[in-house]
Amino acid sequence: MDILTIALPALGEALTLVFQPTQLMFLMAGVLLGLSIGVLPGLGGIAGLSLVLPFMFGMDPVSGLALMVGLIAVIPTSDTFSSVLLGIPGSSASQATVLDGFPLARKGEAGRALSAAFISSLYGGLLGAIVLTCVIFVARPLILAFGLPEMMMITVLGMSMVAILAGRVPMKGVIACGVGLLAGTIGSAPAGGSLRMSTYDIPYLVEGLQLVIVGLGIYAIPEVISLLRQDSSISSSGGLGRGWTEGLRDWWRNKWLSTKCAAIGVIVGIIPGLGGSVVDWIAYGYAVQSSKDRDKFGQGDIRGVIAPESSNNAKEGGGLVPTLIFGIPGSGSMAVFLGGLALLGMSPGPAMIRQDLDITYTIVWSLALANVIGAGLCVLLSGQIAKLTTIRFTLMAPFLFMMIAFAAFQSRQSLGDLVALVGIGVIGILLRRFDFSRPAFLIGFVLSAQAEQFTNMATQIASARFRNSFQTGIEYIVTPITVIILILTVLSIIIGIRQSKNIRENIDTYTGGKRAPFVFLLAITAYVAISVVDASSITRFGDKVFPLTVGIVTLLACLAMLAKMMRRPETDDLFIDLEAGGTDGAAPHGLWWTLSWFLGLLVLTGLFGLVIALSLFMLGFFRVRAGVSWMASAIYAASGVGFIVFLAWVLGREFPPGLLQEVTNLPWPFR
Amino acid sequence: MFNHTTKRRTALGLAAVSTLALTVGAPQMAQADLSGAVVDFVIPFSESGGSAAWANFFAPLMSEALEGNPTVVVRYRPGAGSTAGANWFQEQTTDDGTLVFGTSGSTQFPYLLRDPRVRYEYRDWTPVLASGTGGVVYLPPDLGARFDGDMDDLQGEFFLFGSQGATTLDLVPLLAFRMLGLQVEPVFGIEGRGDGRLMFERGEANIDYQTSSAYISNVVPLVEQNLAVPIMTWGILDDAGNIVRDPTFPEIPTFAEICEATAGCETEGVAWDAWRAFFVSGFAAQKLVYLPGTASPETVAMYEEAMAEILARPDFVELSESELGVYPQMIGPAALVAHEAAITVSDEARQYVLDWLRDAYGVTLE
Repeated sequence: MDILTIALPALGEALTLVFQPTQLMFLMAGVLLGLSIGVLPGLGGIAGLSLVLPFMFGMDPVSGLALMVGLIAVIPTSDTFSSVLLGIPGSSASQATVLDGFPLARKGEAGRALSAAFISSLYGGLLGAIVLTCVIFVARPLILAFGLPEMMMITVLGMSMVAILAGRVPMKGVIACGVGLLAGTIGSAPAGGSLRMSTYDIPYLVEGLQLVIVGLGIYAIPEVISLLRQDSSISSSGGLGRGWTEGLRDWWRNKWLSTKCAAIGVIVGIIPGLGGSVVDWIAYGYAVQSSKDRDKFGQGDIRGVIAPESSNNAKEGGGLVPTLIFGIPGSGSMAVFLGGLALLGMSPGPAMIRQDLDITYTIVWSLALANVIGAGLCVLLSGQIAKLTTIRFTLMAPFLFMMIAFAAFQSRQSLGDLVALVGIGVIGILLRRFDFSRPAFLIGFVLSAQAEQFTNMATQIASARFRNSFQTGIEYIVTPITVIILILTVLSIIIGIRQSKNIRENIDTYTGGKRAPFVFLLAITAYVAISVVDASSITRFGDKVFPLTVGIVTLLACLAMLAKMMRRPETDDLFIDLEAGGTDGAAPHGLWWTLSWFLGLLVLTGLFGLVIALSLFMLGFFRVRAGVSWMASAIYAASGVGFIVFLAWVLGREFPPGLLQEVTNLPWPFR
Repeated sequence: MFNHTTKRRTALGLAAVSTLALTVGAPQMAQADLSGAVVDFVIPFSESGGSAAWANFFAPLMSEALEGNPTVVVRYRPGAGSTAGANWFQEQTTDDGTLVFGTSGSTQFPYLLRDPRVRYEYRDWTPVLASGTGGVVYLPPDLGARFDGDMDDLQGEFFLFGSQGATTLDLVPLLAFRMLGLQVEPVFGIEGRGDGRLMFERGEANIDYQTSSAYISNVVPLVEQNLAVPIMTWGILDDAGNIVRDPTFPEIPTFAEICEATAGCETEGVAWDAWRAFFVSGFAAQKLVYLPGTASPETVAMYEEAMAEILARPDFVELSESELGVYPQMIGPAALVAHEAAITVSDEARQYVLDWLRDAYGVTLE
């Protein structure tokens, strides 16, 4: 392809198309929308794009593209706010940012973490845009080189990151990951529809658990509850410490790490089918493995923020490559983006790149510009927004509960969403308490469906080829790419196991009695055992083999650990129980008592629907728990509920209904 | 266009019956003017599918055409392969036209197969629009070269086909392949037809099909580079209900023609009836817009008028081409006929499909 004669003029033409006042205005609107939505925990690209979708039809293509691309491009930038400040992943692309970003905020260095994250995001985003410009012509063979065996191997590589994130006791990491994988198989099997750990009597389970809910439950709820028990501010020093210029300097010191992680982001983004949810983990794992001094990771090492943030913005540029060349969405938000393109009268594919190259390149410019504007705005705001961490947390918690509940409900619009959220939240609290690696659980959950699908499909195709002849079979499985990824995986596991003791979510450990950790592990073992029995009762082989294999391996790990527990003394790391000492043990408020506030919100919602329940909950919480005056309680509650109603109205969303709504016919938003 | 004349008598009969039912069932007179109102256009899918694009295409047009120019908002109620949203719609009693519901083949198929999750009854609802689409099957060049208008020479060949699942729209191609006597092993678990195309391009699958718009933008370039050879379309229904060549691809024969020419494949009998029923439900009348059964006659009339106005727009063909393809959009009596055809399958044909799904793929619906 004549890049010089075709691409450059088109690129220039695209530039003039974008730099028109109207187009810039739409781009700006997209950026601002994306920023506001990305800031809210749990809401990401899908919510944002579906907000603008109704306006797409009949719009001028360049303006529409500017609006959508502006929105997509800044979400991985702005979702950092909630990951760093609140310990809640802003979207699935910044889960790994929580690991080091949140500890930094607790140390009072939120501004530093944020500005380092934003400059990394900017850098990654620009790199992604450049790659998109260059490879849009030549990426086709590259993408076609990644068949199912290659994708399966990348999934395995992603899973190998569990080794480094497993924590002090590797066996606990294996169990956490195994349970995560099993949680991912709940519901009807993607291939044959057999039910696994679910029944048609509970329709909610048939569809399986959603990533948003698992992410919020595993990270957000335990952190919010834990902070709430302290009754202090997020920043334990109460101040902001070193400011945002420090973060910029941090990034400059680690610019090579940032470059490499951005490259990882682009490559993983380009491969269709993997989605964005692994890229931050791979980048984080890479940062840890390639560093010499690793002891600070997990406790607030700035590199742990720079790595995932460089990769997750770069991923968007990479992800646009298969979307534009093949019309295949790499993620949920890309799928909505495709729908938007259709409404603009564009059908992505080779034809569009050939015929509308200038329009296609406006996407590149919009992407680059949006990254610059978005990161600039975020850096400017970071010092101010970081001040949130100095607010007394008890005053912030109800608003967070509100957002978490609302975001969770968006996934399936059923009260089951809230029940699942609380259920997984309890699991998250217990995993945290007994020092099981929550990232390992989450990686297992995220990769479960992909691992099963790719393995099953690759096996099916490979066996068909082997039936044809041995050689065609081997040629299919053993390619240079699979071999390289296999070597990387083995290296990653070896380095990971050696170094995992250095990555700690909790700095100090306390061991209490043997009983509580033992009972928790017994409960896990029982669940895994039931899963194994359930899986073995499935008749369709393809639906059964994955949960059965994972279940048996996890069960063996559980039994081995139970046996170890019997022999070891109760001061061993096996029996870590954060309730036994330290900040959690000494917290002024009890764990279950604090959690019951959230349970109360759930029960009230079941009775009266979310809006009425929230009003009652907030009023009660501010008055009773936070001890502010009735007047202030009423004002806080009204502003919170008002905000969520406004948000739902803008987004065109419903609220969870309760029993009251079954018997009465109330007007929106109460219905 | 589709079914305007020949089936008119049936259609008029149906229309009369439903109007009668509606008049009896209508609780009160409702306003036939939606000034200042918000119409919820609910689809039982997420923001990311073809149905979302289809609904978002029609929503602003409906807003312009409906009496009083209400705001039309597309709302998403995904879940349980679209049965959750349809079950929800079944319980709605809105009668003033502020609620319409869009279904797709994925909603029709569980209904036709009597999926246990289905608690909705299509016959309770009133259709106001039906949209069709088409599909094209293609082969890699080496196999395509051996195709000479029938499948007799490809019987010994072993095919792999990337599929979203045996009870999805892929049921139509899978059943067609079986009727043609092809040995096709479906690789289940892909997440969209685009993934199937990618498997084909990578050489992992060696037979594939795409709906018309995806075929035009992504497979036609492959055909031009001789990387793919189209062999058949599903065809479309003519006014008499016969399957004829797809006007978008007049040079490609239909499945019916290939079946006729292939030994062992018959265009009559229980297998053919089953295929035809699922083809109509999944392609010829794939997407339908419904009012709740409680909608007043005035409301129904208002919607029928609005839909007619949309289709009569001079720029409609141009607007809809990229989004929907040049396929029939059926309204009024034609929509009723399409609706009826999309939700009807004989017990014998249904049992045939259920047995085949169980025996061939181990898929049961219990």
